[in-house]
Amino acid sequence: MRLTTIAMACAVLAAGGAIAEIANPGDVQYDDYGAVADSLSGTPGDAANGAKIMTSRGAGNCIACHEVTALKNAPFHGEVGPILDGVASRWNEAELRGIVANAKKTYDGTVMPAFYKTSGYIRPGNAFTGKAATEPLPPLLTAQEIEDVVAFLMTLKDE
Amino acid sequence: MKLKALTAVLLISAAPVLAGGPDDDTLVINEEIEMITKTAAPAHLDGALGDQVISGWHYRTDETQSLELDDFENPSMIFVDQAIDAFDVAEGAAGKSCADCHNDPESFAGLTATMPKVDGTGTLVVMEDLINTCRTERMEAEPWKWSGDDMQAMVALIGLQSRGMPVDVKFDGAAAPYWEQGKEMYYTRYGQLELSCANCHEDNNGNYIRADHLSQGQTNGFPTYRLKQAKLISKHNRFRGCIRDTRAETFAEGSDEFRALELYVATRGNGLSVETPAVRQ
Ligand code: HEC
Ligand code: HEC
Repeated sequence: MRLTTIAMACAVLAAGGAIAEIANPGDVQYDDYGAVADSLSGTPGDAANGAKIMTSRGAGNCIACHEVTALKNAPFHGEVGPILDGVASRWNEAELRGIVANAKKTYDGTVMPAFYKTSGYIRPGNAFTGKAATEPLPPLLTAQEIEDVVAFLMTLKDE
Repeated sequence: MKLKALTAVLLISAAPVLAGGPDDDTLVINEEIEMITKTAAPAHLDGALGDQVISGWHYRTDETQSLELDDFENPSMIFVDQAIDAFDVAEGAAGKSCADCHNDPESFAGLTATMPKVDGTGTLVVMEDLINTCRTERMEAEPWKWSGDDMQAMVALIGLQSRGMPVDVKFDGAAAPYWEQGKEMYYTRYGQLELSCANCHEDNNGNYIRADHLSQGQTNGFPTYRLKQAKLISKHNRFRGCIRDTRAETFAEGSDEFRALELYVATRGNGLSVETPAVRQ
């Protein structure tokens, strides 16, 4: 854990941020409340791409459970989770990163899936084939995709 | 009778198109069979589903609901007709048909309402097992595939004989260990999405998950005709689909695990009418 952080800090110092370090899902540092201070990819998120990931079935598919007014051009928003309008006024960037990476660290036992986790599953499957898969699984979203989603969520502020 | 049907139609057309929750329509089939589609939750659920158990019919669109009001509209009935024909056809080395031993499908009235159950040898059996035992042992014919059209048509024909009767599946005595196993599965959060049956059908029934309106996941209408697949769907096929959707390794249709789950889920609907063969989206 430490190592990645140090390596990242060195990389940032040495190359002025040119070399991005990707945090391993198992090495992500959550604080006591589930927040993640450091970027997972070291590269700033792209909010426009984050919006695409949130609506795409094959990616985050966040709107399966959440309604988001800003994404209303995509059909069928679910009701399982809270409406995400104004979410960046309720949570800061580190907290949102923690919720997307592994919401269980913020909300004990939540139905929201962990998007940056690779092991510890019961009967893990190979995507939607119904067939067995061996851990570690690829995480549901990559480090950069999570940064993109967080960048989009940061645009959802109350007026 | 005419009046009742009219009320049903009026209720259906007056139902508001609102997101969330079961609706308040009433289900009367063929203008005469009054179905129990909502009833007091059985005590053994300990309030897990609130105070009512509710048929999946209440969570469907008016259009889908209306297909169940009349057997001439219900697309399952084509398959039921095929099973009526198959009932009289001798197959296998013993040269026997179902009718040779059972006369008439009507002799099965009440059976589906009590299935699955534990047989005399302590084994948990579901309807597909009873049918295949007759085929292999008494007819000396090939067993049918679990979710095959011929099998599910026969399960539907036998189920139809109990239509309107309240589900009354035993969960105590010899059934208890199977029931516990099924319950354990129902609350296990399978797959990479870490979702249990209860997460969707207990915690979130009435909510939309993307375009799908989540019901209580009751099995009283099975096999159901699924419009999306244009055929009768077995319970185990539905379970498999739901588990697959959690990005998990599923269990096999006809596995002991799914038998136990089937028993447990059936008891969650004790008191609802057998609605076989139901129509779903
Ligand atoms: C299977 C359902 C589900 C999916 C899929 C899902 N979430 Fe959630 N999410 C929830 C629930 C439920 C909560 C509320 C936490 C709780 O009470 O358990 C939540 C909470 C949140 C919150 C905090 C909301 C607030 O108002 O405080 C954010 C932000 C969030 N989710 C973002 C996302 C993003 C981004 C994705 C996709 C990458 C996503 N969610 C996918 C169910 C889901
Ligand atoms: C990710 C959400 C999800 C999970 C987890 C899930 N289901 Fe479902 N299930 C659905 C959806 C969506 C439908 C179709 C709409 C409906 O009837 O609820 C459905 C339908 C059903 C139905 C058909 C109900 C009817 O009236 O036709 C049954 C039975 C069922 N599920 C049982 C289960 C069981 C048992 C499990 C666990 C092994 C399970 N489900 C897990 C989403 C889920």
